[in-house]
Amino acid sequence: MKVPVNTTAAICYHCGESLNTDTIIHDEKTFCCEGCKSVYEILIYNHLQQYYNLNQTPGLKEQESTLQYEEKYAWLDDEQLRQELIQFSDGNISTITFKIPSIHCSSCIWLLENLWKINPGVVRVQVNFLRRTVHITFDENTISLRKLVELLAAIGYPPELKMAASIIDEPSKLQRHWYYRLGIAFFCFGNIMLLSFPEYFGIDVLAESNYRYFFGYLNFLLSLPVLLYSASVFFRSAWVGLRHGLINMDVPIVLGIIVMFMRSSWEIFSHSGSGYMDTLASLVFLMLIGRMFQNKTYDRLSFDRDYKSYFPMAITVLRKEKETTIPVANIQQGDRILIRNEEIIPADGILMQGTANIDYSFVTGESIPIEKVNGEIIYAGGRQKGNAIELEIIREVSQSYLTQLWNDAVFHKQRDENVTSLAGKVSKVFTFIILAIAVGSALYWLKGNSERALNAFTAVLIITCPCALAISSPFTLGNILRLLGKYKIYLKNSSILETMATADTIIFDKTGTITQNGAIDIKWEGDRLNDVELAAIRLLVKQSSHPLSRRIYSSIPNKDSLILEIFEEYPGKGIKGTINSLEISIGSQDFVSGGNYEKNNPVQSTIAYVSINGIIRGYYSFQNEYRLRLKEIIKKLQRRFRLGLLSGDNNTEEPFLIELFGSNTELKFNQTPLSKLEHIVKLQSLKRKVIMIGDGLNDAGALKKSNVGLSISDNINNFSPACDGIIDATAFDKIPALFQIARSGRKILVYSFILSFIYNIVGLWFAVQGTLSPLIAAILMPISSITIILFTTIATRIAVAKIMQS
Amino acid sequence: MSVLFILVGASVLVAVGFLIAFITSVRNGQYDDQYTPSVRILFDESETYSIPQKAENKPEGEANPQTPKTTNN
Repeated sequence: MKVPVNTTAAICYHCGESLNTDTIIHDEKTFCCEGCKSVYEILIYNHLQQYYNLNQTPGLKEQESTLQYEEKYAWLDDEQLRQELIQFSDGNISTITFKIPSIHCSSCIWLLENLWKINPGVVRVQVNFLRRTVHITFDENTISLRKLVELLAAIGYPPELKMAASIIDEPSKLQRHWYYRLGIAFFCFGNIMLLSFPEYFGIDVLAESNYRYFFGYLNFLLSLPVLLYSASVFFRSAWVGLRHGLINMDVPIVLGIIVMFMRSSWEIFSHSGSGYMDTLASLVFLMLIGRMFQNKTYDRLSFDRDYKSYFPMAITVLRKEKETTIPVANIQQGDRILIRNEEIIPADGILMQGTANIDYSFVTGESIPIEKVNGEIIYAGGRQKGNAIELEIIREVSQSYLTQLWNDAVFHKQRDENVTSLAGKVSKVFTFIILAIAVGSALYWLKGNSERALNAFTAVLIITCPCALAISSPFTLGNILRLLGKYKIYLKNSSILETMATADTIIFDKTGTITQNGAIDIKWEGDRLNDVELAAIRLLVKQSSHPLSRRIYSSIPNKDSLILEIFEEYPGKGIKGTINSLEISIGSQDFVSGGNYEKNNPVQSTIAYVSINGIIRGYYSFQNEYRLRLKEIIKKLQRRFRLGLLSGDNNTEEPFLIELFGSNTELKFNQTPLSKLEHIVKLQSLKRKVIMIGDGLNDAGALKKSNVGLSISDNINNFSPACDGIIDATAFDKIPALFQIARSGRKILVYSFILSFIYNIVGLWFAVQGTLSPLIAAILMPISSITIILFTTIATRIAVAKIMQS
Repeated sequence: MSVLFILVGASVLVAVGFLIAFITSVRNGQYDDQYTPSVRILFDESETYSIPQKAENKPEGEANPQTPKTTNN
């Protein structure tokens, strides 16, 4: 926990954590641990003190999960892995991009970009702060890839190296095309409009007709890039839609553009008018802005991750008594691998040596770590908590129980993104109506004045071009997306909002979603223990690395210091020891009572009995800590949705959950990842629209199959499975508000459609009479667009603020 | 008034020049990262980069002369 700095406070100079008893003093500064001190030493030695001047306590305390040891990056010497990571190399100079999650401030940027001061082999480092990536150019003859990574780790910025590390998404290249199109469209729009001024002010009456022709030809030339390049996106999209027999939003736009261009070119070259090129350019420009506004990307998040972004890149394998590291992708059946504390198991294997405490909460949803003994199968995806263990692999990585989930068809079928949005439906009807009006008014004028008929026909198509209609959607929904981002709810795209507005079912996962990750609630049932007894228990559990022992340890305050005489650990059963001549044993009922007991409670894995000097004094029971205000949230949601729970955990907490959800809600336990997916399929076959809220790898299938898949994340820098939206755990209580906002967004959309219809009617009034002048068209288009933009922006802001407050 | 042709022509050319400058800046990646440069300009730059000359007599083990001797974690 960071404490604000004052001169007398005892905090670490490097990371700002408050100091406890093991303070290290060096160079007249205090440090909390050896790790912080060594980073400080490296920086000072290389004259990089500026790091500490730019920000107070800019460092981060070394996490247990990224503990450094000598051979940690030895696998980077492997040629195959090196090829996967290096982006470009000419034999001497190579480039590589790393993801470094611990970048968080300007000191980080400064230090990393000055990395060459520590090692001259580093040529250039460019940090992308928003994406938390570094692009490094280095001389491989001076510093090897392994040494480079070790250097980064040594200064406190270890790169994240997962199996999918070689695929660092670079969305910027795609983004550039939008800038080009927009730039060209705006350039042409501005210039055409300037050149059309004489026309607006009727100056053509005075000037020579030469100028009129000149400006006309120039307008024509300027409209070409707009038509052929900037607008090509719409042409392509409309064509794709038409080929599939759909009339999407882009069809009427393309219709309008073509008619505008044809009529304007005709007028210019036949010297009969000046055309509507300015309206054409402004239309394309506004449409492009709308399109860009709709595509909000979050630099740090990815919504399309699979297990490869979760598994490590390399693993330690024991071959012929020697430890070597190999790429995870190369693990074969029969290999004997070494898994250290906090490391993830990449493939199914049999436990051969060591005490295994596997935390599967992220994978199968089981909340308490499972103890395994020799000979038992350990499935891939779990995380070992405790000392190092050895496994003999029985299945390759891609064939493991968990990763098989990705072979399911649901991951290969492109989700139907053409789910008809409200705007799409409206535009279909709209297109037919304006075609009818156009043909109708043409037929009307055909009786007397054929020229006027053509005039009216084209004018109708030009003025009703659904500019206002087409920008309603992107601006309303795009705005809501951005506003939600400020509340730490990140949605993949705007169509999600529309689907959420019409959904009727919500399915929750249990572990990690409605429970706090890592937090276990502990309760003591039994006699009151005195201080000495409590201190003795505390000292005993301190010797064990089992997560339940740790939880007991943290629940007893530190008071007396006693001396440990004997300690013995029996894996799978419990711990025993003698402290201050008190014989204490903690563990399963069987273990603690030595076989003589009456089975009064059903055997549950989440209870640890305590006996002192042979007498059972009580037990600790462990329960998941549920998220704050869960009951309130569920009540709110039940007003509109039907809820359900799918958990990979056992049903020990069923009574509590029945009370929480009510007896009408379907609760299912011991679900495998595949059965979760199947349940969603079943619900959808009943024509229900399902929102799935989950967090782990085991929810990946269900999240993908649901109409909307939302994932809860404690740390958005970390992995989350493929989904349509990521919700930060602190924003969990805003979930009912999220759905309300989605519905409200739909309402605002309808209102803005109505507004655009009003403008269309005004324009039609002139168009059907054949009296549509370029001036009127040029005014109407921007005015309607701007009012729609203003309306949607203000309305969405007010709506979101109001809903979030309540 | 015939100078109008030249005037309009010249101004369009100038405008096209700006357009080219814009396209070039996008091409050079100036719009890829719109946040970090704002932080970067506030740093003092004391020395500049240079591609190191190929080290002649430096064995692999001494590639990191600048890190102080630290004990193994």
